[in-house]
Amino acid sequence: MIKEKLSFKRRFYIVIMRALMYICTSLTACLVLALVVYLLIKGIPNLSWEFLTSSPSYLTGRIGILPDILNTIYIMIAALIVVIPLGIGSAVYLTEYAKNKRIVSIIEYAAETLSGIPSIIYGLVGMLFFCQFLGMQTSLLAGALTLCIMNLPTIMRTTQESLKTVPSSYREGAFGLGASRWRVIRTVVLPGCVDGVITGCILSIGRILGESAALLFTAGFAHTLNGFVDGLGSSGSSLTVALYVYAKEQGEFGVAFAIATILLLLSFMINLAAELTQRFFRRKKTI
Amino acid sequence: MKKVISTLLVGVLAAGLITGCNAGTKGGKVALDGSTSMENVIGALCESYESTHSDVSFTYNPTGSGSGITAVLDGRCDIGLSSRGLKDDEIAAGLSETVLAYDGIAVIVNQENPVNDLTLEEISSIYTGEITNWSEVGGADSEIVLIGREAGSGTRDGFESITSTEEICAYRQELTSTGDVIATVSQNPNAIGYASIAAVNDNVNMVSVNGVSPSEESVSDGTYVIQRPFVLVTRSGVALSDAAQDFFDYITSEEAWDVIIASGVVPAN
Amino acid sequence: MNKRSKNANNINKKKLVETAIHGVFLILGLTTVSCVLLITVYLVISGIPAIKEIGLVNFLFGKTWASTAENPSFGILPFILTSIYGTAGAILIGVPVGFMTSVYLAKMAPTKVKNIMNSAVSLLAGIPSVVYGLVGMLVLVPGIRRIFNVPDGASLLAAIIILSIMILPSIIKVSVNALEAVPKEYEDASLALGATAEETYFRVSVPSAKSGIAAAIVLGVGRAIGESMAVMMVSGNVANMPGLFESVRFLTTAVASEMSYSAGLQRQALFSIALVLFLFIMLINATFNFFLKREKEGLV
Repeated sequence: MIKEKLSFKRRFYIVIMRALMYICTSLTACLVLALVVYLLIKGIPNLSWEFLTSSPSYLTGRIGILPDILNTIYIMIAALIVVIPLGIGSAVYLTEYAKNKRIVSIIEYAAETLSGIPSIIYGLVGMLFFCQFLGMQTSLLAGALTLCIMNLPTIMRTTQESLKTVPSSYREGAFGLGASRWRVIRTVVLPGCVDGVITGCILSIGRILGESAALLFTAGFAHTLNGFVDGLGSSGSSLTVALYVYAKEQGEFGVAFAIATILLLLSFMINLAAELTQRFFRRKKTI
Repeated sequence: MKKVISTLLVGVLAAGLITGCNAGTKGGKVALDGSTSMENVIGALCESYESTHSDVSFTYNPTGSGSGITAVLDGRCDIGLSSRGLKDDEIAAGLSETVLAYDGIAVIVNQENPVNDLTLEEISSIYTGEITNWSEVGGADSEIVLIGREAGSGTRDGFESITSTEEICAYRQELTSTGDVIATVSQNPNAIGYASIAAVNDNVNMVSVNGVSPSEESVSDGTYVIQRPFVLVTRSGVALSDAAQDFFDYITSEEAWDVIIASGVVPAN
Repeated sequence: MNKRSKNANNINKKKLVETAIHGVFLILGLTTVSCVLLITVYLVISGIPAIKEIGLVNFLFGKTWASTAENPSFGILPFILTSIYGTAGAILIGVPVGFMTSVYLAKMAPTKVKNIMNSAVSLLAGIPSVVYGLVGMLVLVPGIRRIFNVPDGASLLAAIIILSIMILPSIIKVSVNALEAVPKEYEDASLALGATAEETYFRVSVPSAKSGIAAAIVLGVGRAIGESMAVMMVSGNVANMPGLFESVRFLTTAVASEMSYSAGLQRQALFSIALVLFLFIMLINATFNFFLKREKEGLV
């Protein structure tokens, strides 16, 4: 093996590129670390059981985030209930029924467009359409429906991808046995896309958790404690909106940091859940 | 057969869950919307009302006086909250106002700022940009940072009309709530801002105006000049719902005075 | 009824059910399209009246925005320029850092480092924008004030820094995916010809993953131009022409900050701002898709 000495220019290039890569990566890593540590340090001292399980009171000056936690959960459940059938239906249509290439590309272009629209525009249109035109006023339901449109592309995409992994031999076998298309989908294809749906759900939950601009004008920021049905009909703030209000409008930074810590932990758990489910389904598929 | 039974079971359980979750507030809902300065007062009043009428629930959106007035006009809330009096065109559009209390607007500075007294003229000059350095009014040698409220704010309207600085204030930051002004001023040693006296906390210092320091007494006897009314806005000629009317009567009665005074404002009498 | 007609009836019923279900799925499939149409229609309907009244040139190129003055003026040039400068600044900082990091992670990092960094980047991506705004408000703004000796740190610079941090995860994730999809044969061939590892990665893999990296950048641009909450908390919100240390308003924050209390022409002007923002984003996406198509056709 002849080991030739590289020219100065090339060695210089190698050193510079390596240095840049190391610097940038460590910058990114330090950023994440600093952010997480800062949030934890500032947030954990403000967390307490009372904080998590009570509602705010003006008379005693106490701040509690239980209503916000419940509101977030209600919005999530309502949005998922609506978006999952819609997303699965669209994905099934795209992979099983649509034969016209133009329709497929139009739908996919529309989905891509939807995922690129800023959340403030969703909030605006949500306010105009759901709150004013459909008369829902400022309510959790309007917020949930707005979020549903935002997350439709996500569920569609993940369901589509897992539908594509169902081998066509399964379908052809079922057709060969005389099953109608709907029966084939119901019994052969849909069970195969469960992993995609679950992944999409987890991703959507993550997005819903972090969404604030779309909810600001559609769901409002009240802090009353409600049951599920009542809550859907009245306005309420989610955790992110509550964080914004406490930090920006009331100067209660301790509370804001505590909420930020909770959101950080929740998004960490969601990432973990997404990773684990993907690994689980990957293993199942290779068996 | 098993499938049918299990589907029915799930349906029954789901129905039970949904109806069970219904808290069943038969009393009614009262929707309030508007001024962020009034948040403490209204919040306390709602709570004390709820303690005797547990079947009524309140929603309060702190979005600013201008927004509260718009919300009443649109019919999106029962009672609007405004920290300024209604303008003529608003009254002409069909709104009526009831003064709930009087609140002083404190001029606030950072805790590190040694300045603690300003005349009304100095305040006007600062906000129009004629005086730009703290040293001109007895403070350190640094640029004054002007913090104010957004255009629809009742607090801004009150402040600007009394200091005669309408539309000529040269703000550095326009924030959307009282609490935000306080928070921002508390973080910048060069900042000056204005906020409702009732909302000011220990993070900032209040400046005395023309030698009068802001407090409930000086607001009530009028010696503290920068003050404005807290107003309840309703649609004239349109009756409020029972729950809302009952609440309205409660907060404008003498029963509510203790709560109002405890929140730091002066009840109207 | 004899057996033949019974069979025929059954088959007819089945066909009916099939067609019905096909119809159901067709409707479901078209939901995305109808949503896009809905959004476009609403924005156009709400946005056009104000533009008509104010005049397109005055609106787009007017330099003063005084929506609640006695004589209101509705020029949104400050917002447009601020959004452009802010996004450009975020891209200038975020893309090089993200790009270098993604090359390292995709090609040169040991597996353990790669896994840890992947989780870290995912965590960064999952943090809500209000949390970024909170940290920016309490760390970045006073920091800028102290470091640069300006009276107030809430400025365009603060927004640019926050935006570049926020678009890092998108850029890194998509670029890493694109780089990992480069066929190994390309890299092996390059190494066999005597190139070093770094030369291979930057001169062979990166150009091969060009369209993926471009997609990452477009994603970053879209995120930066559409961000409202974090930016609202750190940039001061006064309608000035953009300057690095000036308090500024973006297109997004202009809508968000005045929406709740606006009325009449002011409110309609806000819808028009949203329409402008929407068209901007459509334009960016369309331009990118156009170049992508030309690229694909060029290669084929």
